[in-house]
Amino acid sequence: MRGLSDALVITKRQLQQLIRVPEVLIFNTIQPVMFVLLFRYVFGGLGAGIPGGYVQLLMPGIFVQTVTFTLAATAQGLAQDMEKGLIDRFRSLPIARSALVVGRTFGDGLLNIVVLVVMGIAGFIVGWRPTSGVLKITEGFLMLLFFGYALSWAGIFAGLISKDSRVVANVSFLFTFPLTFLSNAFASTTSMPKPLQYVAEWNPVSTMVAAVRQLYGFHNKFGVTANSYPSQHPITMSFIYMFVVMAIFIPLSVRRYNRAGDRK
Amino acid sequence: MKSIIAENLVKTYRNGEVKALDGLNLDVEEGTVLGILGPNGSGKTTTVRVLATLLKPDSGHATVGGIDVLKNPKAVREIIGLSGQYAAVDETLTGWDNLVMFGRLYHLSSADAKARAHELLQQFSLIDSAKRPIKTYSGGMRRRLDLAASLIIRPKVLFLDEPTTGLDPRGRMEMWSVIENLVKEGVTLLLTTQYLEEADQLADDIAVIDRGKVIARGTSDELKSQVGGERLEIIVAENDIKSAQEIIDRVTGSKSFIDMGLRKISAPVKDGSQSLIEVVRQFDTAKIHALDLAMKRPSLDDVFMSLTGHAAEEVSTEGVSKKKGGSK
Repeated sequence: MRGLSDALVITKRQLQQLIRVPEVLIFNTIQPVMFVLLFRYVFGGLGAGIPGGYVQLLMPGIFVQTVTFTLAATAQGLAQDMEKGLIDRFRSLPIARSALVVGRTFGDGLLNIVVLVVMGIAGFIVGWRPTSGVLKITEGFLMLLFFGYALSWAGIFAGLISKDSRVVANVSFLFTFPLTFLSNAFASTTSMPKPLQYVAEWNPVSTMVAAVRQLYGFHNKFGVTANSYPSQHPITMSFIYMFVVMAIFIPLSVRRYNRAGDRK
Repeated sequence: MKSIIAENLVKTYRNGEVKALDGLNLDVEEGTVLGILGPNGSGKTTTVRVLATLLKPDSGHATVGGIDVLKNPKAVREIIGLSGQYAAVDETLTGWDNLVMFGRLYHLSSADAKARAHELLQQFSLIDSAKRPIKTYSGGMRRRLDLAASLIIRPKVLFLDEPTTGLDPRGRMEMWSVIENLVKEGVTLLLTTQYLEEADQLADDIAVIDRGKVIARGTSDELKSQVGGERLEIIVAENDIKSAQEIIDRVTGSKSFIDMGLRKISAPVKDGSQSLIEVVRQFDTAKIHALDLAMKRPSLDDVFMSLTGHAAEEVSTEGVSKKKGGSK
């Protein structure tokens, strides 16, 4: 329990940072809201024939994209702590070594809640109307938060191995940007070249987008055959992906953090 | 009782290519201050990182406060404070928020953490800036706050890794007086520095390290006496050098050394100020005007030079005005 309360002290620190530098929260929110508006009106025409219009398809895609991008912020925040020697101080305290990174993943999760709520409101204003009822909608948001949480461990690892906090954010973005676009998030995968369709089919982002669409009452098949496992069972498959990501990155991060003293 | 013991510490990097520590031995008596003196890259920081449980040595053994650093690092962390080369505090938060956060991480109750934060801010003259973000602090204020953060639990053993590197002279003076007050309260302090006068000022005992090994150990006076006694240094006008040297050699009975560039004549002396007075008297008779004249005791610069054969840092004898590295 003490490990948890240590982690929460770190989470509180992140919230204090947000109060001190409100710009971070503002820009973290403005960007996704801007995407909602741009995609809604620029690609709105893609939705011909979709009940409720393109925005029903778009919102789950943009939710997943936004929580995926949070990974870069996680990486950058941790890399900054490393650069400033703050990690040494934390490591010299009688606290669980996991506290710093776990606390940060919680903090980024809280940030995701705020951003998702604001985006949801923006989406509602431009016509997004999930039809599945309060319970399913809540499940959808919880799943998004959990997805963001799982990915933040990849961000933690990226932050721990980075040598420069400015670079790590850009590098993370180089991974997450194609990851979110080589998917069904914004356009149907069937219009892609065949090889990319396979990529999109097995891209965790596609699965996650399909899962969230399903929870919001919009069934969406994707991929080359539309009857592959990810396409048929997007919710189950998304959880599998999340656990795989955590099973890889949590041990890697813990190992790396324990050896953080070895860098010179 | 020994508060810190390090035995035969070895730490290499890049598969043994770089030897940061090469069989380092140290001990610090409880309640005393040991200054580790050495140039950049000599192993000072690595030593501190090993003793403060941040880094595992390849081999060797160390105890802090009687606790084995390698076997029981967590217990060591309960009794130490560490303040590094860079202020390791959260720059976006205020001084107050930082100290309360670290207090909580030392498992003080919320009320105790706040009380301790207030006390420390007062002690380090930071109370007026308590509610400002650290990034608005001066270098000296940051270091003081960093030091305050390492004192939250009143550690038995304190490690200060180059506490004044990068500070301006005023910041350094302030830091020194803060550290001197701490020492009066009886904390065992291990301090690393590349400033010779800092070790002189703060440490009871000095360990000179070079290339990952302690190459000399003793009080400042003991180390200085290894290099030799006092020297007479006189600067005269260029055309007086020859006659002045004759007088100095006659009075001191030793062979003087001339630095033509500085027009400085220096000679070892045995009877101290007697020689100085005699030289002045004879200069007067010979109508030689001395531009500068002084009795010099060897500085720790000289000690370092004679022990290692290379200088500890870019030399300037003015002491506190020298500065190495950028301010961070």
